[in-house]
Amino acid sequence: MVNAADPNAIRAVRAIIARAKRWDLFFALLGILSLMVGVLTFSVLFLDMAIQGVPRLDLEFFTSFPSRRAANAGILSAWVGTVLVMLVTALAAVPLGVAAGVYLEEYAPKNWITDIIEINISNLAGIPSIVYGLLALGLFVYYFGFGQSILSAGLTLALLILPVIIVATREAIRAIPQSIHEGSYACGATTWQTVRDHILPYSSAGILTGVIIGMARAIGETAPIITIGALTFIAFLPTAPFSGEPPAGLFDWIFAPFTVMPIQMFNWTSRPEAAFTVNAAAAGFVLVFMTLAMNGLAIYVRYRLRKNIKW
Amino acid sequence: MQIPTGTQPGVEGAVLKADVRELDFYYGAFHALKRVSMPIHDHMVTSLIGPSGCGKSTLLRCFNRMHDLYPGNRYAGGGIVLYPDDTNLLAPEVDPIEVRMRISMVFQKPNPFPKSIYENVAYSLRVRGMRNKNELDDRVESALKGAALWSEVSNRLKELGANLSGGQQQRLCIARALASDPEIILFDEPTSALDPIATASIEELIIELKEKVTILIVTHNMQQAARISDFTAYMYLGEMVEFGVTDQLFIKPQKKATEDYITGRFG
Repeated sequence: MVNAADPNAIRAVRAIIARAKRWDLFFALLGILSLMVGVLTFSVLFLDMAIQGVPRLDLEFFTSFPSRRAANAGILSAWVGTVLVMLVTALAAVPLGVAAGVYLEEYAPKNWITDIIEINISNLAGIPSIVYGLLALGLFVYYFGFGQSILSAGLTLALLILPVIIVATREAIRAIPQSIHEGSYACGATTWQTVRDHILPYSSAGILTGVIIGMARAIGETAPIITIGALTFIAFLPTAPFSGEPPAGLFDWIFAPFTVMPIQMFNWTSRPEAAFTVNAAAAGFVLVFMTLAMNGLAIYVRYRLRKNIKW
Repeated sequence: MQIPTGTQPGVEGAVLKADVRELDFYYGAFHALKRVSMPIHDHMVTSLIGPSGCGKSTLLRCFNRMHDLYPGNRYAGGGIVLYPDDTNLLAPEVDPIEVRMRISMVFQKPNPFPKSIYENVAYSLRVRGMRNKNELDDRVESALKGAALWSEVSNRLKELGANLSGGQQQRLCIARALASDPEIILFDEPTSALDPIATASIEELIIELKEKVTILIVTHNMQQAARISDFTAYMYLGEMVEFGVTDQLFIKPQKKATEDYITGRFG
């Protein structure tokens, strides 16, 4: 036993504490260092891109098609393509992913079949994106005959991010307390009424987060889009609704050929002239900005949705 | 399912509302209720007491088929007959949603939905297909009055239910359970998360409510059972040890085990 009043014992205790605290310092430094590797690398990359690219940004850059002359080239077809492909992706992936997640959480019986499905959904998220590209080339482009179109690209990316949305939906649903769940059933609600009136409204913030994470991944994907045959040089826009050849419809554009931002960047970086590298940096800056804007929107909407939900 | 005939004599000639008959219930392989029988009298408060894990909440949650929500739960014999129509609540052909439409529940921890005060109460009516605004308004008001909450919330019905105090939240949940005009309301330790003042107001409310509805309450608090209930059942290890008129059970228990429990020598 150490007698606390003994000065020697107090000195011994202080020595033990000092030695133990050296480890605190060591791990704090190690942590800061690890953090810096990530943060600094990204900052340097982003700054380098911004310094090169931002001076190149003007209105014309957004309203011009690609060109053989770097000074005239712009990203009009690329950003329109990216926006339209993302629209198709979201329209396809969100309903499918949310419905699958709700089914697995609320309706599916708990047995070995659903266990296998669950394990495989997590596995799907780890499949290389080029494999999705090959699948889509066979299925959407040739078998369904959608061609090398915005529709094919959007559906491919939808498949790619489906697991992310399913997993996010399930986690958002599981975050709803059991007592709320039981409260709804105790009122005499059916499963569908419980899903419609409680589960979906209360989990929408979490689902939205998953959707944005998925979309942020999809917006930068290049490999599967190249696989299904996106053009690298395209000097026209998809047909606007009701403007194509008769019978013109609202959705003519989904069958149009297209390109997207990462492909435009890739194309420019592979050119020998330095001026195209500057174009690529400018396009990269726009792409990163689009992703950050999406994340910012998600944070805001999530904040608005969560404000009225307290358990 | 074969229903054994009622074995419990009516007490004090009161009318029976429901009858638990030789009920067996399993959580997976665990035998949680063992041939439990007890009567529930119309417009009376019946309380279930016993130490933790004795099966009192399990029995309560049989009444609105809450166990059906989870896999592995099994009603293994006997039943709960609801009068006057002699429906066995646990029969496989009886829809659990129909049962929950007739028998509502108030939980241990207040669980208002993250919706407005109005919508919380209106929810029980909306699931029953009520759409008429005036009718909804009237029913919500009378339910909130019935739960002694109207005077406190009448001018802020659009606020979130979660903004109320704990005791008010629990009365909101009582209003929600009351709005649909149920035949029985189940209370699962409704005051265990509340302070003594809120507890007193809920107890007072439960005594008033028996004018309108039959009440079955699980409580871990024996004084509470003694204060508010007309009949009390003592359960232990999944078995019904003793059922009787509350005053008699507390003053002159028939079984030694009951006496040990209520005098604090055990549990």
